[in-house]
Order: sequence, then C-alpha cells, then structure tokens
Amino acid sequence: MTTVIEVKDVNKTFKIHHERNQSLKERILHPRSGRVEIFQALKDISFTVDAGETVGILGHNGSGKSTLLKTICGVLQPTSGEIRLRGNLAALLELGAGFQVELSGRDNIYLYGTMLGFSKKRIDEIFDEIVAFSEIEHFIDTQVKFYSSGMYVRLAFAVAVNVNPDILVVDEVLAVGDERFQAKCIDRIRRFQEEGRAILLVTHSADQVRALCDRAVVLDSGLMIANGPVADALAIFRDAMMKDAVAHQEAGDVSDVTIDSVTTPNGSFDVANGASVHFDVQITSATAYSGYALLEVFSRTGVLVSRSDRMSAPVTLRPGANTVSVELPNVPLLDGVYDLNFGIVDERGANVKAWSEKVASMQVSYNGREGGLVELGAVIRQS
Amino acid sequence: MGDATSAHNASDVSLAPVRVVSARVGVGQRLANLWERRELLRNLITSDIRIQYKGSVLGIVWSMLSPAFTLGIFFLVFSIFLKNGIPNFVIYLFSGLVVWNMFFAGVMSATSVIVDRAGLVKKVSFPREILPLSNVGSAVVYFLIQLSVLGLFTAALRHAPDWKFFLVLPVTFASLYFFTAAVAIVMSALTVYLRDLKHLTAVGLQLWFYLTPVVYSYENSLAKPLHAHHLAGLYFANPITLIVMTFQRTFYVSTSVISTVTHAQLNLLPTWSLATYFVRNLECLGVMIVLFLLALSIFGRLEGNFESEL
Repeated sequence: MTTVIEVKDVNKTFKIHHERNQSLKERILHPRSGRVEIFQALKDISFTVDAGETVGILGHNGSGKSTLLKTICGVLQPTSGEIRLRGNLAALLELGAGFQVELSGRDNIYLYGTMLGFSKKRIDEIFDEIVAFSEIEHFIDTQVKFYSSGMYVRLAFAVAVNVNPDILVVDEVLAVGDERFQAKCIDRIRRFQEEGRAILLVTHSADQVRALCDRAVVLDSGLMIANGPVADALAIFRDAMMKDAVAHQEAGDVSDVTIDSVTTPNGSFDVANGASVHFDVQITSATAYSGYALLEVFSRTGVLVSRSDRMSAPVTLRPGANTVSVELPNVPLLDGVYDLNFGIVDERGANVKAWSEKVASMQVSYNGREGGLVELGAVIRQS
Repeated sequence: MGDATSAHNASDVSLAPVRVVSARVGVGQRLANLWERRELLRNLITSDIRIQYKGSVLGIVWSMLSPAFTLGIFFLVFSIFLKNGIPNFVIYLFSGLVVWNMFFAGVMSATSVIVDRAGLVKKVSFPREILPLSNVGSAVVYFLIQLSVLGLFTAALRHAPDWKFFLVLPVTFASLYFFTAAVAIVMSALTVYLRDLKHLTAVGLQLWFYLTPVVYSYENSLAKPLHAHHLAGLYFANPITLIVMTFQRTFYVSTSVISTVTHAQLNLLPTWSLATYFVRNLECLGVMIVLFLLALSIFGRLEGNFESEL
C-alpha cells in the first residue's frame, strides 16, 4: 500500500502572549514586558496513513487534534519534524474560509477550487457536478453575501469533495446542513473509501469513528496515546476522558451541608445499557435540615439528559453524617460517558443547600444499533 | 459522479509527487510552489479587481479617474502656479506617475493584506506570499491601463516617444515589478508583528514620492548640489529613480528643453546614451531580483509565527 500521509516526529509549540504588545510604541517603551509562555501543542507525533484507509483522530478539546490537522494540511508549520504528503489534499476545515462574499457563487467555485490547489481545467470539468451537489443552481450567479449560511456551507463542501482529492481531511463538519445533506455527505465519504482514497476524520464523536473509520489515533495533551484498531483506541480515549473527569471533580460547599462522596471508589462506574445503577451519597450536615435531593445527568456534549423529580425525593438530614441512596433501575442510554450532578435543594428548588458538580461519571456501553442518546427500542414493521 | 470526471483515480496516487510540510521552506522550493499555484495568483488578482469595482456604476473607469485627478492637481501646482517652465509638462509628469502609482498601489495594499485576510491564512493552505503578490498583480493591471492611456495621451498631443527606448522598457518594468514585489512581501509579513506599519508605510511612501523625480527634474534642481556633496549615489540608491527616469526618457524624450517662462535652457534628464540606460537598467534588474529572493527568504522566516500573532 502506498503511504499518502507520513507524520514524522512532529512537534509544535506556540508562544502565548499574556500581554500583547503589538504597536510599535508599546514595543519601544516596554520591550520585554508581557510574559510569553511556551505551550507545546504537539509532542513527537509520528504515524502514517495509507491510501484507502480512513483514520479517525480523537481527543477532547485542547488535546491538539486541530493543531495536528492544521499542520497536516499545511496551514501551520511544525516547529520540528516533517510531514510528507503524496497526492492532492483537500481539507474541510472551516468551510468557505476562502470565499469572497462580494463575488458570485460561480466565481467563488473557481477561486476556492484553485485555493485548494486544483487547476481551472479540472474545475471546468466538474463545475456542473459541484453546482448540482450543492443544490443552489438558481443562485449560482448571485453574490455569495446573499446566501443563507446553509447554502454557503453546501457550496464549500460541494467544491471540496467534488474536486476528488487523493486525501480528504474532515474536521467535524459533518454536522452541517440538514439531515438530507448530511446523509449525502456521508454517502460521498463512503464512495471515497470505495475508490481507495485516504480520509482523515477529526471528531470527538465515538459514533462517527465507529461508523466510518478503519483505525483511530488518540491525542491527549499533545501526546499520541493510541494508534490502532477503532475498538482499542476508543477504550483508551474513554479512559483518558474519565481521568480528566476525576481531575476536574469539584465538590460544592454552599452552606453547612456538604456532599462528601459517592460510593464509587474513583468517582466513575461502568454500566451496560439496560442495567441498573445503585450508589450511595455521603452527606455531612451541621444542623438538622429538611430538603429535597436532585440528580442531573449530562452527556459529554453538555446536553441535559435527565433531571430527577425533586418533589419525589424529600430528605431529612440529621446533624452529622447521612447517607442517601440513589438508584437508576434501568439505564436506557447509548454508548458514551455521562456526568452526574447531585444536590440538596429546598422545596421550591430556588435555594441550593449543597451541590456537587460531576459527583460521578458513568460510562455506558451499548451493543445495539440505535443511534443518539437514548435507546427507545422502536419496533418498525411493514403492515 | 460520471466516469469521465473521475479522471483522477486513486490507483495513480503512488505516482503523485510528494509534498513536504516542514519547519522551513527554502527559497527555491518557495519559487516552485508559487509557480505551481500561479492559477490561484491569477484568480486572486481578477477577483481583487472585480471586487474593487463591484456595484460601482463607472466600474474600472475609477481606476483611471483617480490618477487623472492627481495628474491634474500636480500639473496645476507645478506648471501653472509654480511656473516650472517645462513644456509639455503633463507628459513628463504622467510618465513618472505611472511608475510611482504602481509601486504605491502594490506596496500600500499589500502591507495589511495578511492581517486583513487572517481568516484565510489560518484556515487554508497555500503559499502565503501569493497574497501580497496578488496585490502587486492588480497594481500591474492598473499600471498597464494607465500606460495605454499615456500612449493615447502622447498621440493626442502629437508627441512621439523615443521608440528605440522601448527596447529598454521591458527590463525597466521587470525591475519595477521585482522591487514592488520585494517591498510588498516584506511589509505584509512585518505588519503581522507590528500593526503600526500600516500607518507608517503611508507616511513613508509620501516622503519617498518626493525623493523620486516625478513632479520635479533631478537634473534641473538636485543634480548640482548633490554632486557637490557627493550625495548623488545616495539619491540613485532609490531604484525607483532610475525606473522613473527611463520612463520619462522614453515618453518625454527631450533631455533638455527651453523654458517657456524664462526662455533659458533647462536640463531635465541625464544625457546618457541608449546603451548606458540599458546597462544601468540591467544592473538594476539584477539587484532587484536578488532583493526579491531575499524578501521571499525573510517572509519564510516570519511566516512561522503568523498563527500565534494573527
């Protein structure tokens, strides 16, 4: 197999200016003021991608995955090391970054196409296809500034995928457009795979990696912590997420009531979809207090999955140590990591007596085929 | 997609050239990259010109009106108010102004181009020096338009240019291009680090304009005092001077004239032979090409930190 991307010992450091001295006056008056911190975004990254492979790059925010991607695309230069690319590369980084809004869609197809490195002749050949794919035939001679944001992104995506690059780099852009357009994009990516082109997909969605990739690379604080089969890489990615969650755990101390701990040893537990979860929360109270307990479940994307009904959970705290038990009889959630928040509130829910953000994390594993957050078990039959 | 369009098949990927992204790109590689992306350069120039006049009624005519206005003002001030006595002064003036306008427009628009298009620079990969070069490219287009107007002008005034000097002009124009490009490339990169340069450039160029013999004649006013103090070399260190003089020699022709005011003899241009003009212009071109390569190398050193400065 031909190697199309070879990343060799790539390091990237950034200077972070804590006080920006950008005007000449400030530079002359305070030549050395302003702390400059060196931040290493990528540390000795090496891996290769062969033609025909689809590789996912996983990592949470700030792990360096976008920096790596930009370096591969040539937008950033590595501080040391090098990247060898074979063939044409089209990057779906920020769609439409090269557009000139004053020009028509037609002009922009040529401008953006040549910016991605393709010849005018090549764009002439596929012009009609690009227009058809983007579904903006009627507006092709309208200035791009009058486009809706959806039209804008569709046009950019259409140019990037229809110029048929040897390497396609996709950075979380699959979330653009309506459902139908998304399906079209996924379809196009699959066709790329069939044609034996290399695809690099950057995401923090485990679902997308599982659905599209042959292999995954996991980054954590600029280090490559995994490079291998999707399942193994995903497991390592989850572990890294968990450690991160524990490190950021913060116990709230609102008043004389404190939430001390939950019964899980490290603040997280694994659960299979459909299984039950049971844990105890240790609460210390200085005085006797009657209130209500509240549990929130958040997905890692920050979506509130569920908030318990506080009125059904009155608690009467005695001075000293108290234990409250929590039971989730069957967890209908799909694959992923979920954060739990626990708190004691008053009757109206307005006065929070004690609150613990991310008191625990829950890693749910799911073997079914449904997508999204919750398993509904829909039954669909032909009548 | 139809089969006819999937000409670029994955099977020939093994034959495709390897591109290297590394910490430093040498000047040779830079030139090769620029050549490879010449279509992008052309597209940027045409879109630049289109955007400039999009939605304006007179369109590209504006690119003529503004220099015509400047020409008119200088003519009014120097020929009528100050009575410099140069016959057909407007042709002398115009042949210098076309040169200056190109240099000014190229440098002025390129100075802030990387900062202004930060979004593009941070998101899309292409040789960054294409941005300032596209500004210089648009300046060349306006230059060519103005040059043809100058041609029409001399024809209308029945003032024949010195045809044999058209042999020198391509060399002169090449010097002008490389010098403008060199300054534009360096300024565009420096402005990323020092935002004040945008304003400083405007001021600096104004001074530079008067250090160049466009609205006055070097031979007539500065030659004697500068020679006396051995400063003539310094004056000619400004490459635009030689370029402007060559254009004036080509279109204005006469090196000395009889003043329309005092009826005395005025020396306007150096009395060099065609061969001397040619050699000097060739030497100048050599230096300008070196400057251009140097500018590319400086740009290469500066572009590494664009991301954290933009």
